[in-house]
Amino acid sequence: MNITQETVTHVANLARLSLAPEEIATLATEMGSMLAYVDKLNELDTEGIVPTAHAVPLENAFRTDTTRPSPGVEKALQNAPAASDGCFVVPKVIE
Amino acid sequence: MKLTDLTIHGMRELLDRGETTARELTDAFLNRIEAVDSRINSYIRVTAEQAREAAERADQRIQAGKAAPLTGIPLALKDIFITEGIETTCASKILSGFVPPYNGTAVAKLLEQDAVILGKLNMDEFAMGSSSENSAYGPVHNPWDTTRIAGGSSGGSAACVAACLAAGTLGTDTGGSIRQPASHCGVVGIKPTYGRVSRYGVIAYASSLDQVGPLAHNVEDCALLLQAVAGYDPHDSTSVDCPVPDYLATLREGVAGLRIGLPREYFIEGLDPCVKNAIENAVATFRELGAEIVDISLPHTDYAVACYYLIATAEASSNLARYDGVRFGLRQDNGSGLIDMYRASRAAGFGTEVKRRIMLGTFALSSGYYDAYYLKAQKVRTLIRNDFAEAFKQVDIVLAPVAPTPAFALGEKAGDPLQMYLSDIFTISVNLAGTCGLSIPCGFSAQKLPIGVQLIGKPFDEATILRAAQAFESATDFCTSAPV
Repeated sequence: MNITQETVTHVANLARLSLAPEEIATLATEMGSMLAYVDKLNELDTEGIVPTAHAVPLENAFRTDTTRPSPGVEKALQNAPAASDGCFVVPKVIE
Repeated sequence: MKLTDLTIHGMRELLDRGETTARELTDAFLNRIEAVDSRINSYIRVTAEQAREAAERADQRIQAGKAAPLTGIPLALKDIFITEGIETTCASKILSGFVPPYNGTAVAKLLEQDAVILGKLNMDEFAMGSSSENSAYGPVHNPWDTTRIAGGSSGGSAACVAACLAAGTLGTDTGGSIRQPASHCGVVGIKPTYGRVSRYGVIAYASSLDQVGPLAHNVEDCALLLQAVAGYDPHDSTSVDCPVPDYLATLREGVAGLRIGLPREYFIEGLDPCVKNAIENAVATFRELGAEIVDISLPHTDYAVACYYLIATAEASSNLARYDGVRFGLRQDNGSGLIDMYRASRAAGFGTEVKRRIMLGTFALSSGYYDAYYLKAQKVRTLIRNDFAEAFKQVDIVLAPVAPTPAFALGEKAGDPLQMYLSDIFTISVNLAGTCGLSIPCGFSAQKLPIGVQLIGKPFDEATILRAAQAFESATDFCTSAPV
């Protein structure tokens, strides 16, 4: 399938990636050729086939709702690019 | 024989007899890393001080007569394993300076035994690659020929063992990332069954495919390391509560009577003649050892790469959404608000291949394309899984090549993503099917580059492929260290 630069820009927005103009052009070509390759999956009739999300059958893992020690605020914030008063600091969201 | 050339088993004997100490072993490895690793680049970070402290603790434990199988054994970890107090980057700029506040389960299990962790190993960024060239810390060089790739994504883990820079290592395998570098570096590496080893504290790439496994000089050492890390973990709800057998107990039971299947779809055009020759010799050896060789078919093999690159990238695009410059990692803020901070941080922090996969995966999950790409791939995954289920009704083990060629030259495939992806053609199906597979050295190319053979087992039947690999290793002489 043909991937336009507009499609790349749209997907980059969904992925929260800012791309330079030359990256957009390269990705349009590369994604186009990858998608042309994966189109071979359409050779297979998958009507009625149940999709596999996990190869090993997994059941919901329940546990009792009990209190356990947590790492604490200091450790949770130790890698924060910006923190203040026990919170992560982010740029302003609402004007 | 130098201390650093010993197997884990050999070190254990010397340690337990008091003929060496953990401190002496650790210093020997640290000195060798200092002398050799500038040519290999297998380590991102050497943790010499912590390693010496751990060695002291190990020596006390050994003297007290309380040694566990890995007490005092110098090991190293792919930088995808988070380690408390030790910077963990997954070879990405976006995690530069990230110091995890806790240890993952596999690491904690090694530390409980007082194993010595020498450092963190190089890899493809976020485990995305087949050559360990996609690293913010530069490529890993193959110890057999430093102009060639070590394989990927656990290239550092394989090269480190091959160059005797640790006794054994842990890696991860999402589409071949343990088996392919093990093959290219001439070491033994096993990808256990999905759910066998906890992934708690392992940085996620593609969550329905990722699995932790060991790499080592020989089969016994691999079995020993797998024994240490395998098992159910309440912290990982995808780990499976299935008993872990004693792998060493059955290791020397041989292959007489085992049925080994050769999938005809794996012996294709494009398979390098030297690989084909080495695999055929391996088949002959197994036949001589008493295994029955059976022709089988895995009819959907040709669709595995396409299926994988939709599922893995879709899952990656979701997993890597967490790198947004808020709670950890790189932040790039140009003052124009939250969304632009996300975009700028991710643009500055991720490398080219990671961006490419996030983009492809986001596209495959996006509105209007989900059914045609992601859901279609999940259905094809069912067909691939059924192929293996059918095959394992006829045979105990599937034997196949690991990689179509020996290690290629650094830079050779860097400009062509699709060609790079196709180099995983023989390993990817095992991850999609969720079963276990290992690579064991089975020969050399004319240029003296190692070649591995892959043994694929039934789900949770690592014991049988380890046992077959042990029989092969005992009958052959390919498990040797690289000449560096």
